[in-house]
Amino acid sequence: MDFNDTTDDAAYRATARTWLAANAGEYRDPPTVPYSRDEFVRRSRSWQKAKHAAGYTGITWPKSMGGQGLSPMHSIVFSQEQSRYHTPTSLFDIGLGMCIPTVFTHGQPDAVARYVAPALAGDEVWCQLFSEPAAGSDLAGIRTKAVKDGDDWVIDGQKVWTTNAHLSDFGIIVTRTDPSAPKHKGLTMFIVDMHAPGVEARPLKQMSGGSDFNEVFFTGVRVADSHRLGAVGDGWKVALTTLMHERLAVGGKPSHAPGYATLMALAASIDTDTGPAMAQRDVRQRIAASYIADEGIKLTQMRALSALAKGQVPGPEQSISKVVVAKTMQDMAAFAMDLSEAGGFVTTGTDPDLARLQGSYMASAGLRIAGGTDEILRNIIAERVLGLPGDLRPDKDLPFNASVAA
Amino acid sequence: MDFDFSDDAKALRDQARKFLDERAGPKVARAVMDGGDRAPLWREVVDLGWPAARVPEGHGGVGMSSEAACVLAEETGRSLAPVPLMQSLLATEALLTLGSAAQQARWLPGIADGSIVAVTGWAEGGAASPAVANARVSGGTVRGSKSPVADAAAAHLAIISATGDDGIQLYLVDLTGPGVEVAPVATLDLVRAHSIVTLTDAPADPLGSPGSYHDWLDRAAVLSAFEALGTATAAMDMAVAYAKERVAFGQKIGRYQGVKHKCADMFIKLELARGHALHAAWAMESGAPELRQAAAAARVASLDALAFCAEENVQIHGGIGYTWDSDCQFYYRRNRALVAALGSRTFWAERLVRSLEQRNAVAA
Repeated sequence: MDFNDTTDDAAYRATARTWLAANAGEYRDPPTVPYSRDEFVRRSRSWQKAKHAAGYTGITWPKSMGGQGLSPMHSIVFSQEQSRYHTPTSLFDIGLGMCIPTVFTHGQPDAVARYVAPALAGDEVWCQLFSEPAAGSDLAGIRTKAVKDGDDWVIDGQKVWTTNAHLSDFGIIVTRTDPSAPKHKGLTMFIVDMHAPGVEARPLKQMSGGSDFNEVFFTGVRVADSHRLGAVGDGWKVALTTLMHERLAVGGKPSHAPGYATLMALAASIDTDTGPAMAQRDVRQRIAASYIADEGIKLTQMRALSALAKGQVPGPEQSISKVVVAKTMQDMAAFAMDLSEAGGFVTTGTDPDLARLQGSYMASAGLRIAGGTDEILRNIIAERVLGLPGDLRPDKDLPFNASVAA
Repeated sequence: MDFDFSDDAKALRDQARKFLDERAGPKVARAVMDGGDRAPLWREVVDLGWPAARVPEGHGGVGMSSEAACVLAEETGRSLAPVPLMQSLLATEALLTLGSAAQQARWLPGIADGSIVAVTGWAEGGAASPAVANARVSGGTVRGSKSPVADAAAAHLAIISATGDDGIQLYLVDLTGPGVEVAPVATLDLVRAHSIVTLTDAPADPLGSPGSYHDWLDRAAVLSAFEALGTATAAMDMAVAYAKERVAFGQKIGRYQGVKHKCADMFIKLELARGHALHAAWAMESGAPELRQAAAAARVASLDALAFCAEENVQIHGGIGYTWDSDCQFYYRRNRALVAALGSRTFWAERLVRSLEQRNAVAA
């Protein structure tokens, strides 16, 4: 067993570290006040451009796509080094992590030539238009339709939970092109211009008060057939490519989220009516439980990295990551607020740890749903890892327009 | 990065799994529970050279790394094999880590060739943790009693905790010598035999020092984590196999989320435990300063996984799982044996947090 980098990885890490030290200095600490929307977009683009110029974008992409043609380990090494800073990367995560790989895997040559390079250079922002009000976990139940009209398709419907739609230039969208086919068979994917007439993105206000997502309405939006991704009726297969990339992208604990160390720091400052919090057995046992979960996920990821480094593909075992991370964040934050009694409820306090824990409590409720709910992920573990039979799906083979949902 | 066992350790694991799949498992556990003879399987295990795996070549062993002990512990746990291998591994680790050259020369060759069965024991029948021993050593002899001690009935050497002039530490006690009485003690585990070892001024040879006692506890925790991981995995496998075959309300019960999510939770707890156990195995082999923290985390995570898998395995089986004839009881009972073997989850969680505090204090 060896936790060290290979010589090659170590050299790459050293170069990346030097480059980051020279170029990411202003992001060493988090911003004292959150960026305004325009400031966030400006900084995100400029950071992406700086990385692009230095060869730190599309690290695993083929050189023919403007990438660096390196291994997943190189990409992970760079991400690890970058995560020591508070650089604004989230604007491009979905586009470059999920949308563009789908475009260059399934797109038509002209579309690939037109879209890949500007996205990588940070000139164009992309979003992923999958979920709908009536199709969340059951993604194949989407109703947004695309109807062929001459050389174009005309899209009508509504998407929801679309991250950054209001900031995006383009999106990849799943539509239903054949309502008489079974639900998974009548789907087709397209590239859609988010500035086209008939597209309207409305920010969705979350329970937490934030607005990271949008609902997006499509009314008679025209898309050229050259912007189709994959064959007509193959939309489900194409969407799975995107989701496979999501599985690699989503998972670990959000960077800079509170963990067991935050609970320890908070407990050290609290006196309970039975003595200092750090002297209470329940507090100490809870710290241990948080440590087991937080560090256990890191170690699980290191095992996956180790497999990657040997050229193996990490399996769906990685699905345990978000299930553990999201619920641990919620439980740990709730315990910390309990420990703080009424002080844990007031949001005007001055303890920065407590403020982060309150934020984590609100965010974790969403994290348990986003990118696959706890329940769907448990299904995936049970079915794909342990080989248990799938849930009964009475609508699976029915024509979509004859099923209960339609 | 290579966060996995070496090829040597994996080859040993595969050999052990193949052999124990055939020669151990719940059927053999049941035969032993019903009075069957343990000795023949142990002779075969000795012939395979497993007690010798960790013993240096100079003492007649194979000289493998501590990873070998980890994989053997896991396979022992998985197969419920009714042999004193786990005890042999723990005792060997104590001699290797803390023993003087003379002590190693005296005991290791016999452990390697099977002529000496060695066991370890810290408990004294009561509510004390492994950090405490009421057995007292003075003038080179020990007085006290150790219970329950696994596999002590046929053993020649016991490595026990006792309190001497400088505090708690390990001692070697020759069980064939004077002042030793070994009697059976009944426990919840009906397969692994336990004894009460009563020591009345028995000669006690100090092994290591009070300072190094806790180093041995760390190493014992790592090995015990792998044993628990093995037992928990077998319980999960049994539950999953049943969920794939049992039909209720017209379909396999594994289709119901109430059942499949339990199975998924078993897998989740096992993956977390395996990550911690591998980390601790790395820290043990490389002598990393994180060992105390990693060993405690491995012990806690593996006990969490084992309790959950053993308990929910019965639940997934329903009524049939609660019968005497079902194999569920072996995992359910072994769970309690492995908790009792080295201190409860509470003790190790406390030890984990204390080591985190110490680390923070050093960093500050």
